Amino acid sequence: MTAPQESRTAPGRTDDAAAAASWPLWEVFVRPRRGLAHVHVGSLHAADAATALHHARDLYTRRQEGVSIWVVPSAQITASSPDEKDAFFDPAADKIYRHPTFYQVPEGVPHL
Amino acid sequence: MTGTAPVTTTFEEVLGLGDDALIAAQRLSEWCARAPEMEEDIALANIALDQLGAARLLLTYAGELEGAGRDEDALAYLRDDREFRNVLLVELPNGDFAVTMAKLLFLAACQVHRYRALAEGPDERLAGIAAKAVKECTYHLEHAALWTVRLGDGTEESHARMQRAVDEIWPYTHELCEPVVDPDPRPPFGLAAPGHAGAARSDAATAASGDGAVRPTRADPQLRAAWLATVEPVLAEATLTIPPDGAYLPRGGRQGLHTEHLSYLLAEMQVLHRAHPGARW
Repeated sequence: MTAPQESRTAPGRTDDAAAAASWPLWEVFVRPRRGLAHVHVGSLHAADAATALHHARDLYTRRQEGVSIWVVPSAQITASSPDEKDAFFDPAADKIYRHPTFYQVPEGVPHL
Repeated sequence: MTGTAPVTTTFEEVLGLGDDALIAAQRLSEWCARAPEMEEDIALANIALDQLGAARLLLTYAGELEGAGRDEDALAYLRDDREFRNVLLVELPNGDFAVTMAKLLFLAACQVHRYRALAEGPDERLAGIAAKAVKECTYHLEHAALWTVRLGDGTEESHARMQRAVDEIWPYTHELCEPVVDPDPRPPFGLAAPGHAGAARSDAATAASGDGAVRPTRADPQLRAAWLATVEPVLAEATLTIPPDGAYLPRGGRQGLHTEHLSYLLAEMQVLHRAHPGARW
Protein backbone atom coordinates (compact mmCIF):
# COMPACT_ATOMS: atom_id res chain seq x y z
CA MET A 1 0.00 0.00 0.00
CA THR A 2 2.98 2.32 0.05
CA ALA A 3 3.74 2.40 -3.65
CA PRO A 4 1.23 4.28 -5.79
CA GLN A 5 0.98 1.40 -8.23
CA GLU A 6 -0.30 -0.97 -5.58
CA SER A 7 -3.35 1.13 -4.85
CA ARG A 8 -4.48 0.98 -8.44
CA THR A 9 -6.69 -1.65 -9.93
CA ALA A 10 -5.49 -5.21 -9.71
CA PRO A 11 -4.53 -6.80 -12.99
CA GLY A 12 -7.04 -8.98 -14.76
CA ARG A 13 -10.11 -7.11 -13.53
CA THR A 14 -11.15 -5.42 -16.72
CA ASP A 15 -14.53 -4.27 -15.44
CA ASP A 16 -12.79 -2.55 -12.55
CA ALA A 17 -10.20 -1.11 -14.85
CA ALA A 18 -12.97 0.46 -16.86
CA ALA A 19 -14.55 1.89 -13.73
CA ALA A 20 -11.21 3.17 -12.51
CA ALA A 21 -10.66 4.87 -15.82
CA SER A 22 -13.70 7.02 -15.19
CA TRP A 23 -12.58 7.95 -11.69
CA PRO A 24 -9.80 10.52 -11.50
CA LEU A 25 -6.48 9.88 -9.80
CA TRP A 26 -5.58 11.71 -6.58
CA GLU A 27 -2.18 12.22 -5.00
CA VAL A 28 -2.07 11.69 -1.26
CA PHE A 29 0.10 13.65 1.18
CA VAL A 30 0.32 12.68 4.82
CA ARG A 31 1.75 14.70 7.68
CA PRO A 32 3.39 12.22 10.03
CA ARG A 33 3.10 14.48 13.05
CA ARG A 34 2.77 18.09 14.05
CA GLY A 35 5.69 20.23 13.05
CA LEU A 36 6.59 18.13 10.03
CA ALA A 37 5.57 18.83 6.45
CA HIS A 38 3.07 16.76 4.48
CA VAL A 39 4.90 14.06 2.51
CA HIS A 40 3.72 12.40 -0.67
CA VAL A 41 2.83 8.80 0.10
CA GLY A 42 1.06 7.58 -3.03
CA SER A 43 -2.09 7.92 -5.06
CA LEU A 44 -5.57 6.47 -5.39
CA HIS A 45 -8.70 6.59 -7.53
CA ALA A 46 -11.83 8.28 -6.22
CA ALA A 47 -14.93 9.89 -7.62
CA ASP A 48 -14.50 13.16 -5.71
CA ALA A 49 -12.41 14.93 -3.11
CA ALA A 50 -14.35 13.75 -0.06
CA THR A 51 -14.21 10.09 -1.05
CA ALA A 52 -10.54 10.50 -1.97
CA LEU A 53 -9.85 11.77 1.53
CA HIS A 54 -11.85 8.93 3.00
CA HIS A 55 -10.02 6.28 1.02
CA ALA A 56 -6.67 7.91 1.79
CA ARG A 57 -7.42 7.43 5.47
CA ASP A 58 -7.98 3.71 4.86
CA LEU A 59 -5.04 3.19 2.55
CA TYR A 60 -2.30 5.33 4.00
CA THR A 61 -2.95 5.89 7.71
CA ARG A 62 -3.77 2.37 8.84
CA ARG A 63 -0.87 2.22 11.24
CA GLN A 64 -1.06 5.69 12.75
CA GLU A 65 1.17 7.14 10.05
CA GLY A 66 -0.38 10.57 10.18
CA VAL A 67 -2.25 13.38 11.84
CA SER A 68 -3.31 15.17 8.67
CA ILE A 69 -4.02 14.21 5.06
CA TRP A 70 -4.09 16.24 1.86
CA VAL A 71 -5.48 14.91 -1.39
CA VAL A 72 -4.76 16.71 -4.66
CA PRO A 73 -6.10 15.85 -8.12
CA SER A 74 -3.15 14.40 -9.98
CA ALA A 75 -4.19 16.37 -13.03
CA GLN A 76 -3.64 19.59 -11.07
CA ILE A 77 0.02 18.89 -10.45
CA THR A 78 2.48 20.49 -12.83
CA ALA A 79 5.64 18.42 -12.74
CA SER A 80 9.12 18.93 -14.07
CA SER A 81 9.92 16.73 -17.01
CA PRO A 82 12.65 14.06 -16.91
CA ASP A 83 13.79 15.41 -20.29
CA GLU A 84 14.63 18.73 -18.69
CA LYS A 85 16.65 17.14 -15.91
CA ASP A 86 19.98 18.45 -17.18
CA ALA A 87 18.81 22.00 -17.51
CA PHE A 88 16.91 21.93 -14.25
CA PHE A 89 19.21 20.24 -11.82
CA ASP A 90 22.74 19.75 -13.13
CA PRO A 91 23.83 23.38 -12.95
CA ALA A 92 23.51 23.20 -9.18
CA ALA A 93 26.13 20.48 -8.98
CA ASP A 94 29.25 22.68 -9.28
CA LYS A 95 28.03 25.68 -7.32
CA ILE A 96 29.57 24.70 -4.07
CA TYR A 97 29.25 28.24 -2.73
CA ARG A 98 25.53 27.53 -2.32
CA HIS A 99 26.33 25.19 0.54
CA PRO A 100 27.00 26.66 3.97
CA THR A 101 30.09 24.48 4.33
CA PHE A 102 31.76 26.55 1.59
CA TYR A 103 32.22 29.40 3.99
CA GLN A 104 34.87 29.47 6.67
CA VAL A 105 33.48 30.31 10.03
CA PRO A 106 35.65 32.91 11.70
CA GLU A 107 36.90 31.82 15.05
CA GLY A 108 35.32 33.36 18.07
CA VAL A 109 31.88 33.89 16.56
CA PRO A 110 29.38 32.51 19.04
CA HIS A 111 26.01 30.96 18.27
CA LEU A 112 26.78 30.08 14.67
CA MET B 1 -19.09 7.49 38.64
CA THR B 2 -16.48 6.41 41.16
CA GLY B 3 -17.70 2.90 41.65
CA THR B 4 -20.75 3.99 43.60
CA ALA B 5 -23.33 3.00 40.98
CA PRO B 6 -23.90 -0.73 40.98
CA VAL B 7 -22.95 -2.51 37.77
CA THR B 8 -26.01 -4.33 36.51
CA THR B 9 -24.77 -5.35 33.07
CA THR B 10 -26.21 -8.69 32.03
CA PHE B 11 -24.91 -11.48 29.85
CA GLU B 12 -27.85 -11.07 27.45
CA GLU B 13 -27.21 -7.36 26.95
CA VAL B 14 -23.53 -7.73 26.10
CA LEU B 15 -24.24 -10.81 24.00
CA GLY B 16 -26.77 -8.88 21.91
CA LEU B 17 -24.29 -6.07 21.27
CA GLY B 18 -21.53 -8.55 20.47
CA ASP B 19 -23.68 -10.60 18.10
CA ASP B 20 -24.74 -7.46 16.20
CA ALA B 21 -21.09 -6.61 15.63
CA LEU B 22 -20.03 -10.19 14.84
CA ILE B 23 -22.72 -10.89 12.26
CA ALA B 24 -22.28 -7.44 10.69
CA ALA B 25 -18.55 -8.16 10.40
CA GLN B 26 -19.11 -11.55 8.78
CA ARG B 27 -21.58 -10.11 6.26
CA LEU B 28 -19.35 -7.18 5.36
CA SER B 29 -16.35 -9.44 4.88
CA GLU B 30 -18.22 -11.08 1.99
CA TRP B 31 -17.35 -7.98 -0.02
CA CYS B 32 -13.67 -8.76 0.35
CA ALA B 33 -12.14 -8.96 -3.16
CA ARG B 34 -15.60 -8.25 -4.65
CA ALA B 35 -16.11 -4.55 -3.97
CA PRO B 36 -16.60 -2.26 -6.97
CA GLU B 37 -13.23 -0.61 -6.43
CA MET B 38 -9.93 -1.59 -4.85
CA GLU B 39 -10.16 1.42 -2.53
CA GLU B 40 -13.69 0.50 -1.47
CA ASP B 41 -12.67 -3.11 -0.97
CA ILE B 42 -10.13 -2.04 1.63
CA ALA B 43 -12.56 0.37 3.25
CA LEU B 44 -15.20 -2.34 3.71
CA ALA B 45 -12.63 -4.83 4.99
CA ASN B 46 -11.46 -2.20 7.48
CA ILE B 47 -14.99 -1.65 8.70
CA ALA B 48 -15.61 -5.39 8.97
CA LEU B 49 -12.44 -5.77 11.04
CA ASP B 50 -13.48 -2.89 13.32
CA GLN B 51 -16.80 -4.62 13.93
CA LEU B 52 -15.04 -7.92 14.54
CA GLY B 53 -12.70 -6.26 17.01
CA ALA B 54 -15.64 -4.89 18.99
CA ALA B 55 -17.38 -8.27 18.77
CA ARG B 56 -14.36 -10.04 20.25
CA LEU B 57 -14.17 -7.70 23.23
CA LEU B 58 -17.92 -7.87 23.82
CA LEU B 59 -18.20 -11.65 23.51
CA THR B 60 -15.22 -12.16 25.81
CA TYR B 61 -16.90 -9.94 28.38
CA ALA B 62 -20.26 -11.67 27.84
CA GLY B 63 -18.59 -15.02 28.48
CA GLU B 64 -17.17 -13.72 31.75
CA LEU B 65 -20.54 -12.34 32.84
CA GLU B 66 -22.17 -15.68 32.09
CA GLY B 67 -19.57 -17.44 34.19
CA ALA B 68 -20.01 -20.77 32.41
CA GLY B 69 -16.48 -20.88 31.04
CA ARG B 70 -17.35 -19.88 27.48
CA ASP B 71 -14.80 -17.67 25.76
CA GLU B 72 -15.21 -15.58 22.60
CA ASP B 73 -14.57 -18.59 20.34
CA ALA B 74 -17.09 -20.77 22.14
CA LEU B 75 -19.71 -18.04 21.79
CA ALA B 76 -18.93 -17.21 18.17
CA TYR B 77 -18.38 -20.69 16.79
CA LEU B 78 -20.28 -23.13 18.94
CA ARG B 79 -23.75 -21.63 19.12
CA ASP B 80 -26.58 -22.41 16.70
CA ASP B 81 -28.78 -19.77 15.11
CA ARG B 82 -31.45 -19.92 17.82
CA GLU B 83 -28.82 -18.94 20.36
CA PHE B 84 -27.73 -15.82 18.49
CA ARG B 85 -29.14 -12.52 19.74
CA ASN B 86 -28.33 -10.14 16.88
CA VAL B 87 -30.99 -8.01 15.23
CA LEU B 88 -32.32 -9.23 11.88
CA LEU B 89 -30.92 -6.24 10.01
CA VAL B 90 -27.30 -7.37 10.29
CA GLU B 91 -27.94 -10.89 9.02
CA LEU B 92 -29.83 -9.80 5.89
CA PRO B 93 -27.94 -10.51 2.66
CA ASN B 94 -25.69 -7.79 1.29
CA GLY B 95 -27.82 -7.30 -1.81
CA ASP B 96 -26.32 -4.76 -4.17
CA PHE B 97 -23.92 -2.09 -2.99
CA ALA B 98 -26.81 0.25 -2.15
CA VAL B 99 -28.38 -2.31 0.21
CA THR B 100 -25.03 -2.83 1.93
CA MET B 101 -24.67 0.91 2.40
CA ALA B 102 -28.23 1.31 3.69
CA LYS B 103 -27.63 -1.48 6.22
CA LEU B 104 -24.34 0.04 7.32
CA LEU B 105 -25.81 3.53 7.59
CA PHE B 106 -28.66 2.36 9.78
CA LEU B 107 -26.52 0.06 11.91
CA ALA B 108 -23.67 2.51 12.48
CA ALA B 109 -26.10 5.32 13.34
CA CYS B 110 -27.58 3.10 16.04
CA GLN B 111 -24.25 1.81 17.32
CA VAL B 112 -22.87 5.34 17.63
CA HIS B 113 -25.68 6.38 19.97
CA ARG B 114 -25.68 3.12 21.88
CA TYR B 115 -21.92 3.02 22.41
CA ARG B 116 -21.82 6.71 23.29
CA ALA B 117 -24.30 6.12 26.10
CA LEU B 118 -22.47 3.02 27.29
CA ALA B 119 -19.14 4.86 27.27
CA GLU B 120 -20.55 7.09 30.02
CA GLY B 121 -22.23 4.26 31.90
CA PRO B 122 -21.36 2.82 35.28
CA ASP B 123 -19.81 -0.40 33.92
CA GLU B 124 -16.18 0.54 33.41
CA ARG B 125 -15.35 -2.54 31.36
CA LEU B 126 -18.21 -1.93 28.98
CA ALA B 127 -17.49 1.81 28.93
CA GLY B 128 -13.94 1.09 27.79
CA ILE B 129 -15.10 -1.15 24.95
CA ALA B 130 -17.76 1.37 23.94
CA ALA B 131 -15.38 4.33 24.01
CA LYS B 132 -13.13 2.55 21.54
CA ALA B 133 -16.00 1.36 19.36
CA VAL B 134 -17.76 4.71 19.17
CA LYS B 135 -14.84 6.27 17.30
CA GLU B 136 -14.82 3.42 14.82
CA CYS B 137 -18.58 3.50 14.31
CA THR B 138 -18.50 7.24 13.74
CA TYR B 139 -16.22 6.53 10.82
CA HIS B 140 -18.46 3.69 9.57
CA LEU B 141 -21.37 6.10 9.70
CA GLU B 142 -19.46 8.71 7.74
CA HIS B 143 -18.49 6.17 5.13
CA ALA B 144 -22.02 4.88 4.66
CA ALA B 145 -23.43 8.42 4.65
CA LEU B 146 -20.94 9.47 2.02
CA TRP B 147 -22.03 6.69 -0.32
CA THR B 148 -25.72 7.07 0.46
CA VAL B 149 -25.55 10.73 -0.57
CA ARG B 150 -23.56 9.99 -3.71
CA LEU B 151 -25.79 7.15 -4.84
CA GLY B 152 -29.04 8.83 -3.83
CA ASP B 153 -28.10 12.13 -5.42
CA GLY B 154 -26.31 10.47 -8.33
CA THR B 155 -27.68 9.08 -11.54
CA GLU B 156 -31.24 7.98 -12.15
CA GLU B 157 -30.15 4.35 -11.79
CA SER B 158 -28.18 4.88 -8.57
CA HIS B 159 -31.01 6.95 -7.06
CA ALA B 160 -33.56 4.23 -7.85
CA ARG B 161 -31.35 1.52 -6.35
CA MET B 162 -30.56 3.52 -3.21
CA GLN B 163 -34.24 4.31 -2.68
CA ARG B 164 -35.13 0.64 -3.17
CA ALA B 165 -32.48 -0.30 -0.61
CA VAL B 166 -33.78 2.18 1.97
CA ASP B 167 -37.36 0.99 1.40
CA GLU B 168 -36.28 -2.64 1.82
CA ILE B 169 -34.22 -2.18 4.99
CA TRP B 170 -36.33 0.47 6.75
CA PRO B 171 -38.83 -1.94 8.42
CA TYR B 172 -35.91 -3.68 10.16
CA THR B 173 -34.73 -0.46 11.78
CA HIS B 174 -37.46 -0.60 14.43
CA GLU B 175 -36.02 -3.76 15.92
CA LEU B 176 -32.57 -2.18 15.60
CA CYS B 177 -33.63 0.63 17.93
CA GLU B 178 -35.30 -1.59 20.51
CA PRO B 179 -33.60 -2.08 23.87
CA VAL B 180 -31.09 -4.91 23.57
CA VAL B 181 -32.91 -6.76 26.30
CA ASP B 182 -36.62 -6.22 25.82
CA PRO B 183 -38.29 -5.60 29.17
CA ASP B 184 -41.59 -6.58 27.58
CA PRO B 185 -41.73 -10.32 26.90
CA ARG B 186 -44.69 -10.30 24.50
CA PRO B 187 -44.68 -12.51 21.41
CA PRO B 188 -41.84 -11.40 19.19
CA PHE B 189 -43.30 -11.15 15.71
CA GLY B 190 -44.34 -7.76 14.51
CA LEU B 191 -47.83 -8.07 13.09
CA ALA B 192 -49.30 -7.29 16.46
CA ALA B 193 -53.01 -7.51 17.01
CA PRO B 194 -54.85 -4.19 16.75
CA GLY B 195 -55.38 -2.61 20.12
CA HIS B 196 -52.64 -4.67 21.69
CA ALA B 197 -50.12 -1.89 21.53
CA GLY B 198 -52.24 0.81 23.09
CA ALA B 199 -53.09 -1.42 26.00
CA ALA B 200 -49.60 -2.51 26.88
CA ARG B 201 -47.41 0.43 25.95
CA SER B 202 -47.27 4.09 26.76
CA ASP B 203 -48.04 6.62 24.04
CA ALA B 204 -44.37 7.35 23.71
CA ALA B 205 -43.72 3.85 22.45
CA THR B 206 -46.35 3.96 19.78
CA ALA B 207 -46.51 6.19 16.78
CA ALA B 208 -49.15 7.06 14.28
CA SER B 209 -48.47 5.85 10.78
CA GLY B 210 -49.55 7.75 7.71
CA ASP B 211 -53.06 6.34 7.69
CA GLY B 212 -53.64 7.27 11.31
CA ALA B 213 -53.50 3.72 12.61
CA VAL B 214 -51.43 3.06 15.71
CA ARG B 215 -48.46 0.86 15.01
CA PRO B 216 -46.78 -1.01 17.79
CA THR B 217 -43.14 -0.16 17.46
CA ARG B 218 -41.14 -1.38 20.41
CA ALA B 219 -38.21 0.86 19.63
CA ASP B 220 -36.69 2.69 22.56
CA PRO B 221 -38.25 6.16 21.97
CA GLN B 222 -35.12 8.01 23.04
CA LEU B 223 -32.79 5.91 20.92
CA ARG B 224 -35.17 6.00 17.97
CA ALA B 225 -35.36 9.81 18.14
CA ALA B 226 -31.57 10.13 18.27
CA TRP B 227 -31.22 7.60 15.46
CA LEU B 228 -33.71 9.45 13.28
CA ALA B 229 -31.93 12.73 13.95
CA THR B 230 -28.76 11.12 12.59
CA VAL B 231 -30.26 9.28 9.63
CA GLU B 232 -32.85 11.76 8.36
CA PRO B 233 -30.44 14.54 7.31
CA VAL B 234 -28.36 12.00 5.36
CA LEU B 235 -31.40 10.70 3.50
CA ALA B 236 -32.58 14.26 2.87
CA GLU B 237 -29.22 15.25 1.43
CA ALA B 238 -29.34 12.11 -0.69
CA THR B 239 -32.74 13.24 -2.06
CA LEU B 240 -34.23 9.99 -0.76
CA THR B 241 -37.71 9.57 0.65
CA ILE B 242 -38.18 8.01 4.05
CA PRO B 243 -40.71 5.22 3.61
CA PRO B 244 -43.86 5.35 5.73
CA ASP B 245 -43.83 3.05 8.74
CA GLY B 246 -46.25 0.29 7.89
CA ALA B 247 -47.56 -2.66 9.80
CA TYR B 248 -44.60 -4.81 8.77
CA LEU B 249 -42.18 -4.61 11.66
CA PRO B 250 -39.98 -7.69 11.44
CA ARG B 251 -38.29 -8.59 14.71
CA GLY B 252 -37.32 -11.60 16.76
CA GLY B 253 -33.54 -11.59 16.45
CA ARG B 254 -33.06 -10.71 20.11
CA GLN B 255 -35.21 -13.73 21.00
CA GLY B 256 -33.22 -16.03 18.70
CA LEU B 257 -35.88 -16.15 15.99
CA HIS B 258 -33.95 -15.33 12.87
CA THR B 259 -34.40 -15.16 9.13
CA GLU B 260 -33.29 -18.15 7.09
CA HIS B 261 -30.20 -16.19 6.06
CA LEU B 262 -28.47 -16.52 9.42
CA SER B 263 -27.90 -20.28 9.36
CA TYR B 264 -26.12 -20.07 6.01
CA LEU B 265 -23.94 -17.30 7.34
CA LEU B 266 -23.15 -19.28 10.48
CA ALA B 267 -22.37 -22.43 8.48
CA GLU B 268 -19.69 -20.55 6.58
CA MET B 269 -18.38 -18.75 9.65
CA GLN B 270 -18.30 -21.78 11.94
CA VAL B 271 -17.33 -24.66 9.66
CA LEU B 272 -13.60 -24.42 10.23
CA HIS B 273 -13.80 -24.24 13.99
CA ARG B 274 -16.32 -27.06 14.16
CA ALA B 275 -14.30 -29.29 11.83
CA HIS B 276 -11.01 -28.52 13.58
CA PRO B 277 -11.80 -27.50 17.16
CA GLY B 278 -9.23 -25.10 18.54
CA ALA B 279 -7.59 -24.52 15.15
CA ARG B 280 -5.17 -21.59 15.20
CA TRP B 281 -3.49 -19.55 12.50
